[in-house]
Amino acid sequence: MTTPLAGYLLVAALLFAIGLGGALVRRNAIMVLIGIELMLNAANLNLIAFWRFGPHPEALTGMMFAIFSIAVAAAEAAVGLGLVIAVYRHTNTAELDKIDRMKG
Amino acid sequence: MRTLSPIFYLLAALTLAGGLATVLLKQLVHCALAVTVAFAGLALLFLQLDAQFAGFAQILVYIGAVAILIVFAILLTRGSDLPKDGVFSKTWFLGLVIAAGVFAVLGWAVLASVSAVPQQNTVPAVTVHDIGNALVGRYVLPLEIVALLLTAATIGAVIVAMHEKERPR
Repeated sequence: MTTPLAGYLLVAALLFAIGLGGALVRRNAIMVLIGIELMLNAANLNLIAFWRFGPHPEALTGMMFAIFSIAVAAAEAAVGLGLVIAVYRHTNTAELDKIDRMKG
Repeated sequence: MRTLSPIFYLLAALTLAGGLATVLLKQLVHCALAVTVAFAGLALLFLQLDAQFAGFAQILVYIGAVAILIVFAILLTRGSDLPKDGVFSKTWFLGLVIAAGVFAVLGWAVLASVSAVPQQNTVPAVTVHDIGNALVGRYVLPLEIVALLLTAATIGAVIVAMHEKERPR
């Protein structure tokens, strides 16, 4: 690990892998959503790191991308958790491998 | 800032420990607490990167709103009782292999290409005033679209999660 940028990018890659593992391995739908949130956050860390160490930080491109990404992630979390609650009402479970029917 | 500071290692360890605990803990409420730690560590990393606005936005949105939302969803779906047949799916090994493979590819890409990326090490002199000006100037259309998206998502979430009346069949 030689440069600061590489350090931040490696932390973001590790966090992304942890989030992906969580989303793939856990059975509860809420845990899958939490894994997706971790992946989004890792991507934000990349954006901010490139903004900080890139050539034109005063153009604010990476920073704006991260801020908009945070806003979209908040909307995604609200809709996703609403969907989980709706599915739970319908099937009485939030375990993903028990939700195996398309028919209501 | 030619090399990484010890504070970076501390914050990275905190964030990654929070993320790992989130994935590995059994009780969903503990997972929600651990993911809050990971979000806080990320916010501190943003501050360490001189992105004060993004750091505080991260604290407000993630720790203030998303974590609370997750706790509410856990309580509403009775996620606090442990399932009888384990919290990990039957294909957990495959998931682990995929995650490790993705990390290997990303890490290789970072280490192979980072020496080619130009680096500037001066602290960017960006104030909240500049960010506000950019938001209503150059980025005003994305801002409007995000506002519309947030409104639609809020209404959509309420409608999706609303209790539906039993219809006669």
